[in-house]
Amino acid sequence: MSKKEYFIEEESLGVKKVSRRDILKTAGVGGVGILIGASGIGSMLSIKEGKASSAKDVVSFYGKHQSGITTKPQNHVYFATLDVTTSSKEDLITLFKEWTHAAASMSEGKPIGELTSNEFLPPKDTGEAEGLSASNLTITFGVGPSLFVKDNQDRFGLKLKQPMELVDLPAFSLDALEEEWTGGDLCIQACADDMQVAFHAVRNLIRIARGKAVLRWAQPGFQRTKQADAKEGTPRNLFGFKDGTVNPDVKSEKQMNEHVWVQPGDGPNWLQNGSYLVVRRIQMFIEVWDRTNLKEQENTFGRYRDTGAPFGQKNEFDKLDIHHKQPNGEDTIPVDSHVRLSHGDGSQQILRRGYSYSNGMDLKTGSFDAGLLFLSFQRSPSKQFIPIQKRLSSMDKLNEYISHRGSALFACLPGTKNGGFIGETLFT
Amino acid sequence: MKLLKVSGSLLLSSSLLFGCTNSDENSAKETVKDTKNITSDSLSGVTDEYRKYAIGEIEEFVKATEAFTTAVKNGDVDNAKALYATSRVHYERAEPIAEVFGDLDPKIDAREGDVLEAEWGGYHRIEKGLWVENTTTGYEQYAEQLMKDVNLLRAKVDTVEVTPDLLITGAVDLLNEVSTSKVTGEEDRYSHTDLFDFAANVEGADKIFQLLNPALKEKNEDLSTEIQTRFDTVFSLLNKHKIDGGYKIYTDLSEAEVKELSQAIDALAEPLSQIGIVTEAL
Repeated sequence: MSKKEYFIEEESLGVKKVSRRDILKTAGVGGVGILIGASGIGSMLSIKEGKASSAKDVVSFYGKHQSGITTKPQNHVYFATLDVTTSSKEDLITLFKEWTHAAASMSEGKPIGELTSNEFLPPKDTGEAEGLSASNLTITFGVGPSLFVKDNQDRFGLKLKQPMELVDLPAFSLDALEEEWTGGDLCIQACADDMQVAFHAVRNLIRIARGKAVLRWAQPGFQRTKQADAKEGTPRNLFGFKDGTVNPDVKSEKQMNEHVWVQPGDGPNWLQNGSYLVVRRIQMFIEVWDRTNLKEQENTFGRYRDTGAPFGQKNEFDKLDIHHKQPNGEDTIPVDSHVRLSHGDGSQQILRRGYSYSNGMDLKTGSFDAGLLFLSFQRSPSKQFIPIQKRLSSMDKLNEYISHRGSALFACLPGTKNGGFIGETLFT
Repeated sequence: MKLLKVSGSLLLSSSLLFGCTNSDENSAKETVKDTKNITSDSLSGVTDEYRKYAIGEIEEFVKATEAFTTAVKNGDVDNAKALYATSRVHYERAEPIAEVFGDLDPKIDAREGDVLEAEWGGYHRIEKGLWVENTTTGYEQYAEQLMKDVNLLRAKVDTVEVTPDLLITGAVDLLNEVSTSKVTGEEDRYSHTDLFDFAANVEGADKIFQLLNPALKEKNEDLSTEIQTRFDTVFSLLNKHKIDGGYKIYTDLSEAEVKELSQAIDALAEPLSQIGIVTEAL
């Protein structure tokens, strides 16, 4: 939310229209009300206006595209991949239908399924999101290459529908992938401004999948919250640097069609209006980083930590000038810096939507197990993510401080209308 | 595991309604599906049948424990080891009944740490002696006490009132037992014969399912088929680990095999937990 919108919302809640006297009357506490500070008034009003504000944090599940891609990143993610255990295509279709129904319900802040008075049954909905707002929950589903062909088997008669682009990512130098964080037949990206809401969504979807698919790996993630950063500037990663400054404009349909949404002619028709999701679980050696001097840290990124501005510039969004030279002839932006390598010639753009993660302590080393759950959406992995990552993996100075532990690629299905289901273009 | 006393026919649950009042108009004014519950009478054939099954298992358990404790008292380590796992399966199959006796269950089946060291006896105490110390010496009194407790269990079992909810809760509880202690290999931590217990719990749950299945089919044929399929999957996975008429030791399973078993149990227990619909009138 921009600063401007923020004030408009305050006004709509009536903060400026309600007199102090009215507030005290409503509160019914007389003199004691003096103790109620601005935040107290705010929260009282928000209870009164609860309905209006809760409708605001609903992102519709239905649409031409799936939500959770161009949706402004929420505070939290719960990401999960699954292995399909059924061998029946019918089961798979049923699963996607049930998922669609449940996801649409949860996106509106509603529980799953009808309540029953039979005490001998477990409740349909697990209940931990009861009474919570929708929290801008979005649920995004994807299918991995192994859903089509695994061990040379055409598992569900879908082989002919497998897009050329939907294959395992190539091995990049310095990759240290671990089986336990890699791959998956299906994925669920649940994002919400409340972690309990995001977890609830994934938990219930996995529950629905029981007998048809099982969890393969899962990773929760976080960003600074909207509460902590009312200006909603570019989030900082766990190295303290702004991450996500250069992203295509999600409000521009032209840019999204160019860089994110699969277009007619790109591949099989069923994926039109969908996208490709690259997931990388990137461990960050934060203890090592913490003993690296500021100059070295900034040289690694090619940006100033404080402002996020590229070297040689003042402001975060100032243009990156890779040809700029120092008076002594050296490149202003080091050739092995992260921004320079990821920028390349500027022709490849991806929509990054990453989150930090912290999984407690690495039992082997006693260090933090923390890093970046890198999530990026693109129209063509082979033309966008892969060339960028090839440059980074070979000479990025940042590689001293990170290690790619997990990786997966998914085709994110197109959206669906009310009455349809996610994946219908693939299955029918 | 918790067991409710059956209330015959149920009224609309107030706790479910409470859940509703908390949500505002935006979040689903779900209609509560009002179900009339049939009385336990219509399932009385089933409960009688289960009672026979459970008493039969406990009787087998008495005999097997007799042989096991005799071997311990005779100092026959090898024979005691050979009888340990196969004796327990009868208890594990009938666990929903056995667990009704909250005082006897820990005396017979407590694991180290479940009770105070001074009070710890029963099967697992002897298991530790057999596998860790490779001896029966000093364990004779535990064998003596175990036999007494098992005989007492047999006597008390006749008094158990078998109700439909004991079955409904019991079936899922058996699988929950598997999920929480057998899958982790914590049950038979010295002998690693967990797969025997594991299989017996599943067999006990299957028995309940088979008994309730005719009533379930009338309510929901698909659910019945699904549960049957999932049982088949679990049994076929267990069969892969059969060896010499018994099961492999648990530590011989790979991490992937343990995970596969665990996820198959989840896949079975989830639909099985819906079995409570048999209490609803058609």
